[in-house]
Amino acid sequence: MSNRLRHFRQTLTAAALAAALAAPLALTVPGVAAAQERGGTMNIIVQPEPPILVLGLNQQGPTQTVAGKIYQGLLTFGFDLKPQPELAESWEVSPDGKVYTFKLVKNAKWHDGKPFTAHDVVFSTSKLLMETHPRARATFSKCEKIEALDDYTVQFTLKEPFGPFLQAFEVSSAPMMPKHIYEGTDFKANPANATPIGTGPFKFKEWNKGSYIHLVRNDEYWKAGKPYLDDIYFRVIPDAASRAVAVEQGTVQQTQFNDIETFDVPRLKGLPNVEMTTKGYEFFAPLSWIEINTRNKPLDDKRFRQAMMHAIDRKFIRDKIWFGLGRPATGPVNSVTRFFEPNVRKYDFDPKKAEALLEEAGYKKGADGTRAKVRLLVMPYGETWTRLGEYVKQAMKRVGVDVTLETTDAAGWVNRVSNWDYDLSFNFVYQYGDPALGVTRTYVSDNIRKGVMFSNTMGYSNPEVDQLFAQAAQTNKDEERQQLYSAAQKILVEDVPVAWLLEMEFPTFVDKRFKNAVTTAIGVNESYDSVYMVKK
Amino acid sequence: MTAAAITPARKGSGFWSAFARNKGAVIGLAFLTLIILMAAFADVLYPDSPWDMTAMPFQPPLSEDALLGSDTLGRDIAAGIAHGARVSLLIGLTSTAVAVLIGVFLGAVSGFYGGRVDDLVMRFTELFQTIPNFVLAVVLVAIFTPSLTSIVLAIAIVSWPPLARLARGEFMSLRSREFVHAAVTTGQSNMTIIWRQILPNSLSPIIVSASLMVATAILLESSLSFLGLGDPNLMSWGYMVGAARTVIRQAWWMSFFPGIAILLTVLALNLVGEGLNDALNPKLARKGRS
Repeated sequence: MSNRLRHFRQTLTAAALAAALAAPLALTVPGVAAAQERGGTMNIIVQPEPPILVLGLNQQGPTQTVAGKIYQGLLTFGFDLKPQPELAESWEVSPDGKVYTFKLVKNAKWHDGKPFTAHDVVFSTSKLLMETHPRARATFSKCEKIEALDDYTVQFTLKEPFGPFLQAFEVSSAPMMPKHIYEGTDFKANPANATPIGTGPFKFKEWNKGSYIHLVRNDEYWKAGKPYLDDIYFRVIPDAASRAVAVEQGTVQQTQFNDIETFDVPRLKGLPNVEMTTKGYEFFAPLSWIEINTRNKPLDDKRFRQAMMHAIDRKFIRDKIWFGLGRPATGPVNSVTRFFEPNVRKYDFDPKKAEALLEEAGYKKGADGTRAKVRLLVMPYGETWTRLGEYVKQAMKRVGVDVTLETTDAAGWVNRVSNWDYDLSFNFVYQYGDPALGVTRTYVSDNIRKGVMFSNTMGYSNPEVDQLFAQAAQTNKDEERQQLYSAAQKILVEDVPVAWLLEMEFPTFVDKRFKNAVTTAIGVNESYDSVYMVKK
Repeated sequence: MTAAAITPARKGSGFWSAFARNKGAVIGLAFLTLIILMAAFADVLYPDSPWDMTAMPFQPPLSEDALLGSDTLGRDIAAGIAHGARVSLLIGLTSTAVAVLIGVFLGAVSGFYGGRVDDLVMRFTELFQTIPNFVLAVVLVAIFTPSLTSIVLAIAIVSWPPLARLARGEFMSLRSREFVHAAVTTGQSNMTIIWRQILPNSLSPIIVSASLMVATAILLESSLSFLGLGDPNLMSWGYMVGAARTVIRQAWWMSFFPGIAILLTVLALNLVGEGLNDALNPKLARKGRS
């Protein structure tokens, strides 16, 4: 830990030095490609329009992207998902993995001028978020006590070690909220919710509902000289085609997540004014799969599910349906997150193997060439998933399985899947950088909960897997955790509780004049205090 | 139409000669026959399912393995059009048949009995007429989940009111005619009078509007499929246009050919409807028969 800390201090000093050197250089030698200059306005698409900007009260995707500039967390995470300092300048973990001590930066201020202190951290994590934030509640309820040792030191004492505890301090997982505004009030009805106050590099200025959200530079920001941009406009553009046109015409300088439909991506990628990256989603790292109701025949047979893995060409799905975005998945853990295990049973695309497995399982071809019939409830999340449904139907037909497609609306989909009224469906979930946060919930048997979406809706139950996941969460030794998760992944890939499809990627388009937009694993949800514009 | 109205049709071949006098109607009938043949022989022309990915995706028209090109997943557009013809015609005809049943029944009852029954049925009809057709169809299909049956029923439910009004008008006017009075005095039951006396004499305008209604039904089905509310297991023209809409800038052919198929079918049906109107115009028909 101390090594890592030293490393951080070094990089920080180096960065400060570079900035100090670069600023006068840019002034004295105009014409030389500019370093981080002040000034510039960035227009970013936000879609759909967030309901509220107070990150402690709402953590929907669009809220995170906008409010990530206003609020901050104690930590942020690099592309490798290792913690980096934000409002906490250093931290220590006790050898038994139960006590976490954070040293906070001393010069951070709320947008209304009040200093940010350890009492805000205690209030946020033990009071406000416990009431308003399901994910934070799950983590911080593992704490025996949370206390401020002095104004700039906070200590969390856990009841038992919890591997991914540091992950919980990312900005959307635990945004720091001002105690002096929220204490003793009804959090959700607080009039201050209309004018969010955080510690971040940008301050809330104006929200023209249905049109734009305007954030301006926080001149009192605690990182000297930052941010570089004068202001940011988040533009609400509900129509997908209009969003693509806005990028083409250069009226917006950034899009993220699902803003641009997959079929528009190849076209926009070729534009001269923007750059596309798929980095910056490592913390979310979604994985998509065919959800399989293992209670129903013939899906209760492991060999039938393995046959599905062989019958479906994941490369075709990536190339033709997702237009090249994503990577064929090999198992339950996204390869860009922690504790991924590559040495698992491989399911190459091979209809012959699929047919052999079906024969073995006793599903012989009937007179009409059909071995079995199943229903597929197509996820109502747009065109691309519909195409996927049509593809799966045809691919399964090739090995003699007749798939009937069913369609429904978003509410109907949630209702039917969560109440186990389906054979096959699609799903994708975020993994939040650690199997204990985003993977375990799908496969452990104590999360088979009727009526709860994104639980173990397949009804998959394997005591060995339960045991491995439980052990792995209760230790903070990375090596030990890797072993346990590797073992769990090997069993899961053999059992195929869901048919994994893609490690999904989202395209982020950024105007080439804007630099440093995507620098960490939370990408576009970052504070943007180091984003700058190169003026031509 | 006006020409036909001036020159009375002759006996026997009257229907065909009146129909043939309308050039458009003949062309329309020829097109329609072609489309019906295509639907009938779809399985012979393209024995594989239209959902099969037989070609490379994004093949332009006149490619080796796809005459009209292939779509985003490599499905043959030509096969889709041939098999889609079945779906369009099937839905067009059955939903019209159901609409005619509902509409004529309610119209007949209302026109024949008049009075309070008429009031009641017509208020009920107006209820449906005040709701925009397409919106109601979307709502119905969305509620009952898209399938062949729900689509046919939804289209029928939004299409019957004009037929009911038409049938009512016909029944009201025919009711006071001598032959109906004669039937009443000979002691025929109401059902017999409606079924044997009035209905055969009011069929012509109903057939004409029904033929036009088939065209509307096909358009409605296409629009529903375009919005993704089609039966997900049936290949239809509207679905093809809807699915290809997103890539129209990269691959025009995917939406162009099914669009043309819809256009030609609906146009053909309208032309045939016009022709039928000429041939079956009530005034002419009566003159021809008397």
